[in-house]
Amino acid sequence: MIKNISNLGDAALYCDFGNEVNKSINSQVIKYFKTIKKKKFEGINNLTPSYNKLIISYDLKKTNFKEVKNYVENINAEDSIDTNSKKLEIPVCCHENFSMDIKRLEEILKLSREKILENFLNKEYFCYMTGFIAGMPFLGDLDENMQAQRLETPRVKVPKGSVALTEQFVNIYTFESPGGWNILGNTPLDVFDSSKEDKPNLINPGDTVIFKEITLDQYKNYNE
Amino acid sequence: MSSNYLDIIRPGINTTFQDKGRDHLYHIGIPFSGAMDNRNYLIANKLVNNNLDSSVIEFAYQGPHIKYSGEKINFAVTGDVIFSIKKKDTEIEGNCYESYQIENGDEINIISTNKSVYGYLAIGGEFDLKFQWNSCSINTKANIGSNDGKKLDVGQRINLKKINSNKDIKKTSYINTKIENIRVIKGTNFDYFSEEGKKIFYEKEFTVSKLSDRMGMRLEGPKIDNIVNTNIKSEGLIKGVIQVPADGNPIIMLSDHGTIGGYPKIGVVASVDYDRLVQMSPGSKVKFKEINLSDAETLFKLYEMETQNLISQI
Repeated sequence: MIKNISNLGDAALYCDFGNEVNKSINSQVIKYFKTIKKKKFEGINNLTPSYNKLIISYDLKKTNFKEVKNYVENINAEDSIDTNSKKLEIPVCCHENFSMDIKRLEEILKLSREKILENFLNKEYFCYMTGFIAGMPFLGDLDENMQAQRLETPRVKVPKGSVALTEQFVNIYTFESPGGWNILGNTPLDVFDSSKEDKPNLINPGDTVIFKEITLDQYKNYNE
Repeated sequence: MSSNYLDIIRPGINTTFQDKGRDHLYHIGIPFSGAMDNRNYLIANKLVNNNLDSSVIEFAYQGPHIKYSGEKINFAVTGDVIFSIKKKDTEIEGNCYESYQIENGDEINIISTNKSVYGYLAIGGEFDLKFQWNSCSINTKANIGSNDGKKLDVGQRINLKKINSNKDIKKTSYINTKIENIRVIKGTNFDYFSEEGKKIFYEKEFTVSKLSDRMGMRLEGPKIDNIVNTNIKSEGLIKGVIQVPADGNPIIMLSDHGTIGGYPKIGVVASVDYDRLVQMSPGSKVKFKEINLSDAETLFKLYEMETQNLISQI
């Protein structure tokens, strides 16, 4: 349930579902997100679900805080449970060409490369949200012994397809962008495709992702 | 092949196609984009008898130098912009907020914006552009929008699909007002900052940094001290949000912003001041002034009425 609704500026509602990050809180966020998205309230122009918050932005020419708040408070999010979530396998190559931060991870986590990959691969991760850059999925949760902080100085350019870790989360850089996460591998899959307007994101909130290792040769031949 | 087209002799610094932007996409990581200064975008279209949501060319600082080929057509420039029109043997200085007719072989040379950032070039007709999610707006960071999501380049040819039959010349006398104080509504993490930090935010002057673009405006000045946590769990952003990262320098999210972020939000720029905020060039001084939600809503209504009046009088 929404614990508190406040305003974010004069054109958005800030819906707070709690402070923790867990699947049960996030499922509530996604439930509200999907319900409101389906109902198409006049004036709401964007919904941004995240771990434990939902930002609802609106066109101030058409509506205002009071109206949208009233609408959200009276919505029944229970009756629209969407079972559309998918389970996806994502191929990832962790060859040294790609795993730019493996040495750093070995040092921080005090684990060998083999152990890090064993802990990371073939496990289910839940997609909490997508965004920051188009289509980037925020997946969790990594085991406690796999959690590392961001780089002190972010990279100016992280290669497209990079699979990277920070704290309990994994993400995939859908295109080249700046970024400070620990890069472990790279996927040849297009996780974001702007030419597919109705479904540009491969991974969506609520989906489950499993990373499967591929060799460098398999990586190179993947899109042929 | 189209017989009416523009050739880009010089593209300018950051020249893109923009329109009203695209909505309902934050949840997949795609920001609004669209013309930064919405009022000047609308006026530009009205001056050339376009629909108000038509695509225009937006430029920052230095604009494009363009050669036109085809039938007679109107164009107009809005913003605070210095430009010239070159016809066969003459070159005249152009005035913003006035439409001009050009013909085959004429050139438009947009030299620069004047103590501002963005300007708009509207052509009386329709560019032949690829739309993505009902918008031509180019987001160069995600390569979304027309022109493969890239800024306009030298030597490029832009075809026109259609030319307006209404070629009335129009004129208005709009003056871009500058504001010294940007009005802000308290952010959701306002209490993360020390008493001294809050005081600095509302009382001291900040300088717009050179590292500002369509994604965000970085500010420099006295540091704003955080006493709770310099990170929050990543959550949604909207344009106008002022985040303060660990270094204590505020960053204001602009139209191409990342859709989620993990820095505390000290404030949000009131919608009424957004068009004027984006026009503040590097080196400009900014001061923030607190405003409550209901005043912000009222002031935006008035601003919107003023915009509608301006347009209806053209």
